[in-house]
Formats: sequence, C-alpha cells, structure tokens
Amino acid sequence: MPTPFPSEPQLHEAEPDQPLYAPIKRRSFFMYAGATAGATALVLAGCSKSDSSPGTIDVGSGDAGILNYAYALEQLEAAFYAQIKTGAYYTGLGATSAEKQIFDDLALHEAIHRDFLRAALRANSITPLKDLTPDFSSINFGDRSQVLAAAQTFEDTGVAAYNGAGRFLTSNANLALAGKIVSVEARHAALIRDLRSYNSFVASDVVNTFTPTIPATGVYSGEGNPNTTPNTQGNGNPGPGQERSKRPPQILQAVNNFLANGSKLSANSFA
Amino acid sequence: MNFFQLLTDLEQADPEFLDRINPRRRVFQYLGNAGQKVTAAAVPAVLASFFNRAYGQTSSTLTAPVQAVLTLALQLEYLEFHFYNTGLGIAGLLPSQETPAITTIRNDEAGHIKALRDVLGSAAPAPYLVTDFDYSGGSGSGTGPMQNALIPGAPGNANGALYFAAGQAFSDTGQRAYKGGAPTLNTAATKDILEAALNIHSVEARHNSHFRSVRRALVANSLGSAGAVAVSPYDAAPKSWISLVDNNGPTAPDGSKPATKVYGAGSPATGTPDASYPAENNVSQAGVDLTTLNSTYSAAAVSEAFDEPLDPATVKSIALLFTSNAGKAKGLFQ
Repeated sequence: MPTPFPSEPQLHEAEPDQPLYAPIKRRSFFMYAGATAGATALVLAGCSKSDSSPGTIDVGSGDAGILNYAYALEQLEAAFYAQIKTGAYYTGLGATSAEKQIFDDLALHEAIHRDFLRAALRANSITPLKDLTPDFSSINFGDRSQVLAAAQTFEDTGVAAYNGAGRFLTSNANLALAGKIVSVEARHAALIRDLRSYNSFVASDVVNTFTPTIPATGVYSGEGNPNTTPNTQGNGNPGPGQERSKRPPQILQAVNNFLANGSKLSANSFA
Repeated sequence: MNFFQLLTDLEQADPEFLDRINPRRRVFQYLGNAGQKVTAAAVPAVLASFFNRAYGQTSSTLTAPVQAVLTLALQLEYLEFHFYNTGLGIAGLLPSQETPAITTIRNDEAGHIKALRDVLGSAAPAPYLVTDFDYSGGSGSGTGPMQNALIPGAPGNANGALYFAAGQAFSDTGQRAYKGGAPTLNTAATKDILEAALNIHSVEARHNSHFRSVRRALVANSLGSAGAVAVSPYDAAPKSWISLVDNNGPTAPDGSKPATKVYGAGSPATGTPDASYPAENNVSQAGVDLTTLNSTYSAAAVSEAFDEPLDPATVKSIALLFTSNAGKAKGLFQ
C-alpha cells in the first residue's frame, strides 16, 4: 500500500480542476478554425477533454502552474529515492560503496528540490499541490537493475520536463531557478545511465545525436547531419546535439503511471 | 498586393514553406496581429520578416542581447569542439575506454555549433580555428598551467587525467554560461531559441557528469566504469555534481587551481535569481536558506542540488585564459 508523502502535518488544498474555465487548447482552436474537417475537430476536441476527467488534478496555468508541475515531479522523485532507501537493494550496499554514496546524494537532492519548491510556492502565495500519493508497485526495490532502470526513467523524465516547461515561464526569476535544478537532474541522469550502460550518458533516445563532417582544413562551420530531422514544434525532435525536451502533458502521461488514483495529474494549459 | 494569395502561392511552390516558419502555430498569431495592425505600407516589412524566418536569415529579427548570448555560446562551443577534436587526433593521449565518449561529446558540440550558426544566420562569426585557442590556459603564452593536457603521458596527464580535468572545467563553464544566458532568451519571439538553449544546457551537464565519472575512475584505477567512489574534497575524484566549490576544482601540475573561477561567484553575486551569479557553494535560493528546511540538509547537499549561473563578463574572463593571440585579434571572448 503506497503511503502519502511528505509526512508534513499541514493540509494542502488541491488546485481544483476547472474544466469550465480551462482555455480551449490552441491546437483545438485551429482545428475549429480549419473548419473543413469540423467533424474530426469535434471528435479530437472531445478526446483532449478527457485529459481532465474527474480524479485528475490539473497543475494550473501560468508560472504557478509550471511551479506546481515541477513540485509534483520533485515530490515523485523524492518519494522514489526515499523508498529505495528502505528496499533490499540499497540496504544491502556496503557502507562505503559508490552506489550507496550516489543514492544517498540523490535522495537528498530531490528532497531538497521538493522542499524548496514548496517553500517557493508559499512565498509567492501560490497554493502548493497536495501531497501526492505515489504508486511504485511496478518496481521491485530489491532488484538493482530495476531500481537503476526506474531511476534513469525518473531522471531523464525530469530533464525533458524542465527543458520543455521553461518556455511557459514568464518570470525570469522562475526560469533561472528551473535552470539551476535541471542541470543537476541531467547530472543524475547521465550518471545513472553510465552505471547501467557505460557511455550511454547522451544516447540517442534522450539527445538528438549528430554526425559531423569535419573538413580536413579544420575550418568547421556546422557540416553534418542529426540522426533525426529537427522539428522543434510541440513534442517534435530538437535540433542537433540537443536534449529531447517534452511538453507537460506528454510528461504527465508517463508520470501518471507512478501516481495512485486521486493523485494523477493533468496540465491542460501547457499543450 | 494580395498577402494571403502570396502565402498560398508560396506554399504551392515550396510545400515546406509554412513549416519553415517556426513554430507553425505562431504563424496564425502573427497573421492575426498583422490583420489588426499592419497597414498596406507596412506589408513589405512584414513579408521581409516572414522570409527571414522561413529561409534562415533570422539574425535580422534577433535583438542585440539575444545575439550576444548566442554568440558567446557559439564561441564556447568552438572552445570545447576544438579541444575534444584535437584530443581525439593525438595518438596515446586518451585511454581507449574513453575514445567513444570523447567522440560523442565532440559530435554533440559540433551539433551545437550547427544549431547556433543556423539561428544566428548572417550574424554568425567566421568559424573559429583551433589556433584561436590556447589550451594551456596561458592567455596566449602557450605555457599556462594546463599545457600538459594535450601531451600524452606528460606530468599530471597519465591516462589523460589533465585532459579530463580541462573537459570538466570547460563543460561546467558551458553549463553555467547557458544558465546565465537563458533569461535573455526568454522573450515571446524567442521561445524556440530558449528551448533549444535549454536542450543544449542539459547536454553540457550530462557531459560534465561523465567527465567527473572518468576522473573518479582514474583515481580508483577503474577506467570504463562510472561506479568509482568520490573522494572528499572532490577536486581530484569529484562527485558527478558540484559539491560546494569542489575545493576550487582540479589541481594543475604546478600546484595551481586554474578552474577556481569556474566554481566561484560571478558578478553580481547577490540579487534576484535571474540577475545574480553566486558561487557554486551557494545554499540560498530565492531568499530561502535551504539548510534551515531540514536538519539533514547539509550545506554540501544543498549546494549540490543546485547549479549556479555565470554572467557573460565572468565567463569571458575564464575563456580568455584559453584564447590565443590569434583568437583575441578576431574578437574572441572580448
């Protein structure tokens, strides 16, 4: 049975789901505007509406929405590492082993991120998202390979999420704070990847890798090809040598697999 | 002039026309604004802007501050690119276990160069050459404290130890520089450029994490594994993240600390998060001393959990140590 976290006594009010006030997503709007495929547009708009079905908590809109989105992700990461520390894989590690050192640090970093974001939300008079209840039932915390695989998923997801959310921030102070966190998530992700498979720290599933053609003269002005065609629209491919950022709804689709019913999230303002 | 007919004709002549204007959805916002505000006399200017967006000469639409951030980023990418590319070409410099990683990192930097040159368009400087840099860290003397980094087996450089130390310092400078530049890129017209910069920024951090793992492995004699322990005070065998100031970073063979400024404070050191550049041992974020939130949150742990931005002037002062007289004559990092 998953337990709520963090074990703080204060009650947090959930951001209410507000389907009536939710702005029509731009994509849907253009489907309407396109008009020639009106029937299709109606069907698709109906589908997108189900994102905010009863039981999901929308992170909200604007900078407050992105901060709460980040807070949700950090809650999940912090809970994940806290649970690792109670599992047989971690408790079996030697006291001076590298992996104990690493997971001790990761657990601290993510708990610090979580608590910082909660404090920052309150300082800005934004109601923090409620304490989410994770569901890690798909992970065997006694098995090293499963723990590392899940850690990689959470860290890679965190990097893609912050990178894809930055554009929605209006406040440069908030953008700067997100930037301070995301590079640490990237450090985590790269290390976990290298632990699982050496030299996978920037593999092509997370980075649009690039094959340069370097002239013998050494005068290099960008010749070469990325392994997938760059297309930065929506959730498309990034430019050459760049991380594959993802928009909040795409991130939450994956993240919701690790959240219990009643804690599942939507981000309808950030398509 | 029938503006909309022109667009239609263009799309027929060049089916990718609308896709070239990036992002697609902004076209409609743009048209909406145009419909409200644009007079007949202004239509040619609007069209010129469209063509610039569509066919790559984007520099004319970039503001001077945005151009400055992207140009500094490009210069830093060349600093890194030539360092890795040169290292790969020196027989016996790199342990065989690390050739694939340095190749990948070099290729990523090449991709960053392409991305930045594309967005700068005609405003991009001429390509910088390896001779524009002084990888000794001697500001053009060629005899700086890192001069052994490209000499196989030279003192301090067994298994490329000094080379990896330099790579760590360069990529940390890069990630701090991108972090410092991000707020300047956060304008309504440059959100795609911002996202691209963030997507480069995290790749620099991933590179840095790997360099740090390699340096731990060198100390533990376990090359080819990321699982070596970090050893306090983390200047020689660092964690994959910056702990306080990592004891001012790697030590050069002459005993100096050439990366001290890489982990130190920029200017100003205090202020709002988007306009202050504290040292990497900073424990306060947005006015909150995070060590006060929980008794287990040590200053080291808090400092590790956040990387700090650097301002352009400080970044340039670091990079100028690695700039040759030829590079300075081209205005590199000036």
